[in-house]
Amino acid sequence: MTNGHTLLAAKGITKRFGGVQALADVGFTINHGEIYGLIGPNGAGKTSLFNVLTGIYIPDGGEFTFDGNALMNLKPNDVASRGIARTFQNIRLFGNLSALENVMIGRHVRTRAGVWGAIFRNASTRAEEQAIHKRAYELLEYVGVAKRANSLAKHLAYGDQRRLEIARALATEPKLLALDEPAAGMNATETAALKGLLNEIRKDGITILLIEHDMKLVMSICDRVLVLDYGKKIAEGTAAEVQNDPKVIQAYLGGEVSLNLKGA
Amino acid sequence: MRDLFDTKRNPKLAWAGIAMVVVALLVLPFALAYVGTAWVRITNLAILYVFLALGLNIVVGFAGLLDLGYIAFYAVGAYVYALLASPHFNLHLPFWLILPLGAGVACFFGVLLGAPTLKLRGDYLAIVTLGFGEIIRIFLNNLSQPINITNGPQGITLIDPFRIGDFNFAKRETLLGLDFTGPIKYYYFFLVVMVIVIVINLRLQDSRIGRAWEAIREDEVAARAMGINTRNVKLLAFAMGASFGGVAGGMFSAIQGFISPESFVLVESVMVLAMVVLGGMGNIWGVILGAVLLSFVPEVLRYTVAPLQEAIFGRLLLDPEVIRMLLFGLALVLMMLFRPAGILPSAVRKRELETVK
Repeated sequence: MTNGHTLLAAKGITKRFGGVQALADVGFTINHGEIYGLIGPNGAGKTSLFNVLTGIYIPDGGEFTFDGNALMNLKPNDVASRGIARTFQNIRLFGNLSALENVMIGRHVRTRAGVWGAIFRNASTRAEEQAIHKRAYELLEYVGVAKRANSLAKHLAYGDQRRLEIARALATEPKLLALDEPAAGMNATETAALKGLLNEIRKDGITILLIEHDMKLVMSICDRVLVLDYGKKIAEGTAAEVQNDPKVIQAYLGGEVSLNLKGA
Repeated sequence: MRDLFDTKRNPKLAWAGIAMVVVALLVLPFALAYVGTAWVRITNLAILYVFLALGLNIVVGFAGLLDLGYIAFYAVGAYVYALLASPHFNLHLPFWLILPLGAGVACFFGVLLGAPTLKLRGDYLAIVTLGFGEIIRIFLNNLSQPINITNGPQGITLIDPFRIGDFNFAKRETLLGLDFTGPIKYYYFFLVVMVIVIVINLRLQDSRIGRAWEAIREDEVAARAMGINTRNVKLLAFAMGASFGGVAGGMFSAIQGFISPESFVLVESVMVLAMVVLGGMGNIWGVILGAVLLSFVPEVLRYTVAPLQEAIFGRLLLDPEVIRMLLFGLALVLMMLFRPAGILPSAVRKRELETVK
């Protein structure tokens, strides 16, 4: 499934919060077209890594290379325009706007119309607005919440909100889609559907970075997995390699127990 | 109500409704002039407040940035007009040149205020903007020395009215047997500008920029993660809001013929904000209604409180000026208690307030 060359490379990423070493010298590479898992016990630094990557935190050291270009000290909006879109662990939709409007806002970074276009509504602005509307609706269909297009985001079911956040992120035309615990709070059916969606997204050529606590999902869908513990990288490899890594077992279970999660 | 103006659902009824409104607006100044020319002047000022309220609504209603110093942009626009069209510097530039210039200068000041406040929200932003409004007023008060620019607290007098060739807006004329006084001419001009301003606001709201403003108001972090350059989009809100204030300021100079820093005190900022909040933050029609009501109600009270007291008690118990503000304050409190989202709330704002409950 992977086509080999590197999309994102991280080297020596370090971040401290006062006395807490959130990230210590973390390095990894994500290849084009793969689903890359990021796991670790609570407080391991997964979300910190996400926030450093997407420009919300400024790292104390290290560097990212994305799609051949250095990606350092950029603002979150610049990161998005370079092609990294994200979702949030605690859903951050624009709750009082409709599902469709949420996705339309995701198109902002790939569209142009400014104040003059808005006021004069010239042909190109009208065409652009139509395209935004059409694309937003397509994305809602793609993730399966088109029926609720005109409902307020906050009135959607929990699983639908997670999917809507993915649609909104996809609207920015990312090369890398970074998902922060998309399956959190989902039941088994919803998780299975989510898995189908993630596979679909990968098939469409978008690389996925996935933070997830649902081991079954991670192990069944990720091509490679990075394991963090106390801000340090303790393992990286395929799902099978990681599962049998003694350091990973130690971190998760605190002892020499086999982490057989395939059938869990 | 909505059906009445929805040209798609019921075109005949809608166009009839719109035609009625247009006719009413065209006849209005003559009806008012029949009561007294003062009422035409009050109406003109009310239209200026509509401009101000709509401008502030961009900042407060659309982008969710609380601005308590908005009147500063009105002052900037007013002084630009006054300085360039009065004997003070002996400059008499035409109004169609100064009004856009005033908008531009106000826009510059909007960015000047916006830039240092980008990271502030809510209470903190309110305090900084409040300070900005006062700074502008104090500058206007003191920029008479060492070089006399603003003429200090005495203000600027004999400001030119609008003039196009020989057509003078301040002069009384009779046309087709109708008596066109200065205020009536201004009224028609303002009405045209008002239509333009309303169209601009409606279109801005329903655009890529308008959605970006909404996104920032809803969740700034998420907006940024979606690639919205929050810095630019916020500055744009300040700049757009300020330009409307600047245009209104220039018009104010022209109809008054005299301005001084006294016209741009803090309470004016508060008044414009009250119009926005009372009418329905974020809803253009609500904001217009708020501006019209808050412009007229105090004036109506001014003319009715004294006669009413005399009729009831036989003498004047309370100074009209005092009771006027008392009733006004009471109305605001009741309003906020019973319709916190405003008279005509915006759909989105209403939902936001419901969440708080």
